[in-house]
Amino acid sequence: MVPASYYLILSVVLFVLGALGVLLRRNALVVFMSLEMMFNASNLAFITFARMYNALSAQVVVFFVMTVAAAEVAIGLALMVEIFRSKRSVDIDQMNTLKG
Amino acid sequence: MIIVFFVLAFVAVGCAISMLITRNAIYSALFLVLNFATVAILYLILGAPFIALSQITVYAGSVIVLFLFVVMLLGAERLPGGEPLRWQRFIAMALGLVLAVNLGLAITQQAGDLGMLAAPEKGFGAPVEVGRVLFSQYVLPVQIVAFILLVAVVGAVVLSRSEEISHRRELYRKPEAKE
Repeated sequence: MVPASYYLILSVVLFVLGALGVLLRRNALVVFMSLEMMFNASNLAFITFARMYNALSAQVVVFFVMTVAAAEVAIGLALMVEIFRSKRSVDIDQMNTLKG
Repeated sequence: MIIVFFVLAFVAVGCAISMLITRNAIYSALFLVLNFATVAILYLILGAPFIALSQITVYAGSVIVLFLFVVMLLGAERLPGGEPLRWQRFIAMALGLVLAVNLGLAITQQAGDLGMLAAPEKGFGAPVEVGRVLFSQYVLPVQIVAFILLVAVVGAVVLSRSEEISHRRELYRKPEAKE
């Protein structure tokens, strides 16, 4: 059997890699994918805790997180298409029109 | 079992790193699919078959397909030009390391008993059990999530068709302006 800490450490590693993707990449779509990976890492931690404490509520929370993430992707990609229509690029360095 | 875990963890972390490194957004999306699939197998090992299968259907089935469609539609596989801020990379690495250490410390100190995971009871995490909890204890959140999905669908439609709608509105206004 595998200790619970291994799963939690794997989830930490995936979360940090997702955060690095948000910080490092310039392509807004890849930043979005990194966000999804962070969601996924936190879901893995939730599932591990569900197993550790024998609590099904954590699995239900993961279900809610997944639905909200799907909704967020739908809205976010629609916004991305709209931004691309006006700016002709998905480079996040060019999305600085609101800068004061 | 521990060998299976290490192989899956290696594949998941390798896919995540390749997703960050590769320059082509389509390859990033495909690496992300593999990452989601390995994590779904980990869910299966952890006694959550319902969540594992919904992970495959929701993420690999709809989210990544949406990503691939948008990447190909916009033709945004590669961005022109190099990285303008090189120092940003080192700061991000250092901050990521700090975050990892912080989260690791929090887990080892606060997460409770981190011993071996016992085998789950038979039927733990089965769709019937999850559905029972979902529709008895969490009825109101289910309704709210349904509403959020409805709002998201309407919002996506409005955002992606805004030009046409405004055009139609102008057509509608024209006779009024003449009077």
